[in-house]
Amino acid sequence: MAEYRLMKGNEVIAEAAIRCGCDGYFGYPITPQSEIMETLMLRKPWEETGMVVLQAESEIAAINMVYGGASCGKKVMTSSSSPGISLKQEGITYIAGAELPCLIVNVVRGGPGLGTIQPAQSDYFQAVKGGGHGDYHLIVLAPASVQEMNDFVALSFDLAFKYRNPVMILSDGVIGQMMEKVKLSEYKPRWTDAEIQKISGSWATTGKTPDRDYHIITSLDLDSAKQEIFNHKLIAKYKTISEKEVRYEKISCDDAEYILVAYGSSSRICQKAVDLCREKGIKVGLLRPITLFPYPTKIIQEMAKRVKGFLAVEMSAGQMVEDVRLAVNGKVPVEHYGRLGGMVPTPNDVVKALEEKLINVK
Amino acid sequence: MEVKDIIKEENLVYTKSKILTDKVFHYCPGCSHGVVHKLIAEVIEEMDIQEKTIAISPVGCSVLAYNYLAVDWQEAAHGRAPALATAVSRLMPDKYVFAYQGDGDLASIGTAEIIHACNRGENIVIIFINNGIYGMTGGQMAPTTLEGMPTSTSPYGRDVKLAGHPLKITDLIAQLPGTEYVTRQAVHTPAAVRKCKKAILKAFQNVGKKNGTQFIEVVSTCNSGWKLSPVKANEWMVENMFPVYPLGDLKG
Amino acid sequence: MTEEIIIAGFGGQGVLSMGKILAYSGIMQDQEVSWMPSYGPEMRGGTANVTVILSDSRISSPILQEFDTAIILNQQSLDKFEKSVKPGGVLIYDPNGITRHPVRKDIKVYQVDATEEALKMQNAKIFNMIVLGAFLKLKPIVKMENVIKGLKESLPPRHHHLIPLNEEAIKKGIEIVKQFSVN
Repeated sequence: MAEYRLMKGNEVIAEAAIRCGCDGYFGYPITPQSEIMETLMLRKPWEETGMVVLQAESEIAAINMVYGGASCGKKVMTSSSSPGISLKQEGITYIAGAELPCLIVNVVRGGPGLGTIQPAQSDYFQAVKGGGHGDYHLIVLAPASVQEMNDFVALSFDLAFKYRNPVMILSDGVIGQMMEKVKLSEYKPRWTDAEIQKISGSWATTGKTPDRDYHIITSLDLDSAKQEIFNHKLIAKYKTISEKEVRYEKISCDDAEYILVAYGSSSRICQKAVDLCREKGIKVGLLRPITLFPYPTKIIQEMAKRVKGFLAVEMSAGQMVEDVRLAVNGKVPVEHYGRLGGMVPTPNDVVKALEEKLINVK
Repeated sequence: MEVKDIIKEENLVYTKSKILTDKVFHYCPGCSHGVVHKLIAEVIEEMDIQEKTIAISPVGCSVLAYNYLAVDWQEAAHGRAPALATAVSRLMPDKYVFAYQGDGDLASIGTAEIIHACNRGENIVIIFINNGIYGMTGGQMAPTTLEGMPTSTSPYGRDVKLAGHPLKITDLIAQLPGTEYVTRQAVHTPAAVRKCKKAILKAFQNVGKKNGTQFIEVVSTCNSGWKLSPVKANEWMVENMFPVYPLGDLKG
Repeated sequence: MTEEIIIAGFGGQGVLSMGKILAYSGIMQDQEVSWMPSYGPEMRGGTANVTVILSDSRISSPILQEFDTAIILNQQSLDKFEKSVKPGGVLIYDPNGITRHPVRKDIKVYQVDATEEALKMQNAKIFNMIVLGAFLKLKPIVKMENVIKGLKESLPPRHHHLIPLNEEAIKKGIEIVKQFSVN
């Protein structure tokens, strides 16, 4: 039992970063995720693993520090919350365009603008559909527990380096601020220079040696024909990711007539709603997308053949519901339920919405 | 005696630095960038630090600087080069990291990044090319454009009431305790080129000792943007730029 | 077993730390736990509340509308959360400063004079442990030995010498909690 700790989701992100051999964290304070950098500064990992932790002058500088560090083949990350993530979008699209691995954590709060500091899921479009300019995708992971905040840090770096692609952990104020029982990962040492050469030596800027040409990390190509070829290369990469990396969890779906689709903290609320529905004799299941890009489209397509309807539950005005509708393609009704502005729905709210929007509709 | 008998190593009085690639500069004839590139290449070669050098290029005319120097390069977003350089230098402290920036990049959109990198005393070299104009985008007003100087976005000359004053950012940088060596150079005469090279060499030698940021402004010409011949541009620079941006060491 | 608890009061009363100690105690006996605070400007001297869940199985929603137990430490929280106790559930409150007392008859209501008792014990900081004691008397879901272990885990080592005092406070809470009859 001693290996279990009671920790906040945000604290766990910091701890998991140290333990997975992260080389550098660059951040700027913003509620509700400041505990990530606070925990790191308190832990002083530079004394323990040599990990660099730096409070940047802005979110913009922080993401560009990530760009610089990732260019060297290092495991680097940043974290922020919604308004700060908007500021980082320029850097994120450069990182995607330069095909660099890194981790970006967004502990989402309500918007638009300065919005609220309370939890929301209204950055789905920004995270999944682009956010910055140009044709690109992040791999997006949505943790639903403090344990997953731990587990997804190492997973994010694995995926980031496997595909040379930025990965985002799309969390929210609930998962970030909540404390749960967590089993922290074992310590993994930071990569040595030799390991970095083995993993990223074909492209990283680690200093030109006589045995190779010099490396250029750039997202610029003034030759349109070449840029188009590069765009196709990215598309092919995203297709591979879509085929191989879809992750989701099904709860009570086997005999379900109605499916709740929810990620992150909403999925926790829906889990309880499923229990409440089952007590009432309504056959409801929960599909929890774990990856938001790639999205579990196929499983939804399959479910659409046999269920009566889907309710997408998200703390937004209706963003992920569009991906459910695309997958269902008109076969059965798809409705949306959400609270906004930092308000969090209760399980009873979800049950009521399901009844009103899908079950009791003539 | 034939030509091939003369071309021998012992007879060489000058040779292109091995750090410079064979790609043809895209810079306009008369532009200062090419000269400064050459000086950096020579310093890297003379210090034998090619394997240890990581360079950051900006957005601006020198966005493609990575085509010309055979060292590992990162091409930054507009103004953000000091942030990239910060991370590289912190994550790989044994490297020589330099960021190459123009006046729009460094003194306008990237003001926060340069001030804070210098204030933190990052162990990096900054090469700052100040020609008082946005060259790449076609000659718009820069933060360092002189009062009364015409550009495409100040066609009647910079009106300081409208657009503020030329920003002497190097003077600000020199005030920051994080900087060790701050100097303002030019490359308009052979003597100036030699002095500038000495300054670049000093900056690279210093940065290896990890005592703070090394900052070199090179007051430069943009004859295309200024719509002057290379010779006239040099003369105009001496007459108009140097009084506002006087050459010499500001610190260190 | 699943116990869903809301603890609510003023910032500074130790609401969040009481929840944390309770959650840690659950971990010490191999239970699943969640601790979900209200956060933000409310922390600055206003009201603070935390939802704590202890369960033998996987916890679904960390955010709830109804609770098995409400531990209430000021009037605003009583006004807000009395209606959130499940029928047959438990409401524990400190009557200090309360002018409008609980009215529900379908729940069990208890009082713990923790403010007064903390004054007697001359240590305002153990107030929340007296309240915790009252809760543990009524809902002995965690063993005392696990609470002590939970205290050790959640308190920084420099405060470990205060653990016996905290234990004493918990025992005082167990002793003084009394049923309140709603008229």
